[in-house]
Amino acid sequence: MSFPWAKEYKPSNPFMRYMDEKLPLPRFVYNAIGAGYPVPRNLNYFWNFGVLAGVALVCQLVTGIILAMHFAAESGVAFSSVEHIMRDVNGGWFLRYAHANGASMFFIVVYIHIFRGLFYGSYKPPREMVWHLGLVIFLLMMATAFMGYVLPWGQMSFWGAKVITGLFGAIPLVGTPIQTWLLGGFAPDNAALNRFFSLHYLLPFVILGVIVLHIWALHIPGSSNPTGVEVKDEQDTVPFHPYYTAKDGVGVAAFFLVFATLLFFAPNFLGEPDNYIPANPLATPANIVPEWYFWPFYAILRAFTVDFWFIPAKLLGVLAMFASILLLFFLPWLDTSAVRSGHYRPLFRKFFWFGLGPCIAILGYCGGSHATDGVVLVSQIAAAYYFAHFLIILPLVSRIETPKPLPTSITEAVLAKSGASLQPAE
Amino acid sequence: MIRIGAFLVGLFFSGWLIVSAGMGAYAYVTVPAAPTAEHEFHKLPGKVDFSFNGPVGHYDRAQLQRGLQVFREVCSACHSLKYVSFRDFKDLGYSEGQVKAIAQNWPTETPSINPETGEAATRKPQPQDKIPSPYPNEVAARAANNNAAPPDLSLMTKARHDGSNYVHALLTGYTNPPAELKKHFPDSMPGKTTHFNPYFANLNLAMPAPLTTDGQVTYADGNPKPTVDQMAKDVSAFLTWTAEPKLEQRKRAGIATVIFLLIFFGLCIGAYKNVWADKKGVA
Repeated sequence: MSFPWAKEYKPSNPFMRYMDEKLPLPRFVYNAIGAGYPVPRNLNYFWNFGVLAGVALVCQLVTGIILAMHFAAESGVAFSSVEHIMRDVNGGWFLRYAHANGASMFFIVVYIHIFRGLFYGSYKPPREMVWHLGLVIFLLMMATAFMGYVLPWGQMSFWGAKVITGLFGAIPLVGTPIQTWLLGGFAPDNAALNRFFSLHYLLPFVILGVIVLHIWALHIPGSSNPTGVEVKDEQDTVPFHPYYTAKDGVGVAAFFLVFATLLFFAPNFLGEPDNYIPANPLATPANIVPEWYFWPFYAILRAFTVDFWFIPAKLLGVLAMFASILLLFFLPWLDTSAVRSGHYRPLFRKFFWFGLGPCIAILGYCGGSHATDGVVLVSQIAAAYYFAHFLIILPLVSRIETPKPLPTSITEAVLAKSGASLQPAE
Repeated sequence: MIRIGAFLVGLFFSGWLIVSAGMGAYAYVTVPAAPTAEHEFHKLPGKVDFSFNGPVGHYDRAQLQRGLQVFREVCSACHSLKYVSFRDFKDLGYSEGQVKAIAQNWPTETPSINPETGEAATRKPQPQDKIPSPYPNEVAARAANNNAAPPDLSLMTKARHDGSNYVHALLTGYTNPPAELKKHFPDSMPGKTTHFNPYFANLNLAMPAPLTTDGQVTYADGNPKPTVDQMAKDVSAFLTWTAEPKLEQRKRAGIATVIFLLIFFGLCIGAYKNVWADKKGVA
């Protein structure tokens, strides 16, 4: 793997030499995120978000493991055990707010990471496997976040669990038995809470495992870059450490600044007030909404209001919601343009910024709003565009578009930007 | 093959969504949605200038103490505060002795058992006890209140949008139902056991106006004047504290963290520029 000019790990310290012989873990780290991994020299700040997602996951693991020491996964006391954490556990308010807002931060950085991949064509060969593993991580994150939201056993926890497991109830014939089996009962109750807690603790470690695969798969072709032109020689790359560790440091500091502002000054801004009301199976909240990071998908779910022949609208909504994510797995074959980067694709770029961007923003807004007639109407149009964008427009654009000329190498692109000439400096 | 399949799937989903939107739009135009009473008459709470607003906000101890007094003399007749302990009142600026006195003189006693017979009994609350609920259980709470159990107030200001302002607005917002409500939405008029309040989500709530007259509660030093507005402000400040007792620690820690991170951010930028100095624009 990697490029022939990658630096080799040469420990000078006798202990490290001994380690390298017996268990070459330091060598592995050196080649993965150290000086032994050559990276294109022209990465912009959008390439920080992979590392930031890793940082967010570590924050979630650390705060989550400590929270689990104080939380009681039993439907009778779960809500008050969370209040116990908020009031009586030393620093408990910090841990819980960090974990709840940490989930939002994780999704923010992962969404930016995904959009970076979409714009710069990171899903294209030879990096399809990286993209696919990333989508697996995204699906696992969604499952983990959903189950985590159920644990405080507030009103939105309960009703969210009911609505989401109800999606499986839409499957013809076997739907209701599957829903009952998933919940361990006919409605969310102690059995559901316990298994959600168990899985909420398990899945982050599965995510960690898939991240290892994600990075492993990435390191075979090496990182992509904003021009989408492949690395040609040593001049095009810099060692990951210290160049990108330094650049990621800036990103990490900015990430924590945003995170801290949210956590300390607006910890409930992204949450729903209803989740501070204990779960009550007899009182349905006026507006059941998931957490903000599910809003676009929730809008797609609710956009289907009319039965299609024998398929009920609800089932259509469920199919469309799952399809909206699963279709991303097919992107490497839907977008056939040989040019990766959106910078050199004038038509693709227009559809990306003026089509897909507003479409997702509108879907997000609609998913978080009360489903009035107007909101549903707007979300139907936006959802129609969403499917058309990936399944119809993207393959067509790849076919008819004339891309702009690409730079011959990464180095040329860097020098053109800084106004220097290709001649070596005297 | 994949592209043909994708095209058909895309055509199906997008097409059906457009058809659904068309049908929805047609229905919307032909049968316009009837306006609802909530849409016409519901009001959002106005802003109150609380001391705890803003990034460096802090609680006004005297106000919290007044709020506790309003809660004890008015709200606690029906509402519980079950996540708060008497010992927590030390945060309001009371000494150990004062907290003990507040606990001992609380209008409701703590459920207990008779140590000899094991029968249910009550005893005077201690500082380590949670605030005892006015009703022994939810059935009793319903039975005493026309089947509308008064909710626990510990988290009320976090359980409603814009909670601190909402509690103040609700407590001062009781009015007679407007004539237009009676004219256009007779079904939304308050019933025998409900009361009109434009700040409540569905306009009518079971709780009658709890703060009705100025001077309903006598403040120890007579300052500020216990007007309904002042009492409502004080009790919403108190309920903000019960919902978020660590607000001051949180904001203090936040200021320190943000200052630290700004310095850290500056250092990171410096390190980044230093490391990259030999690479920018150089072949």
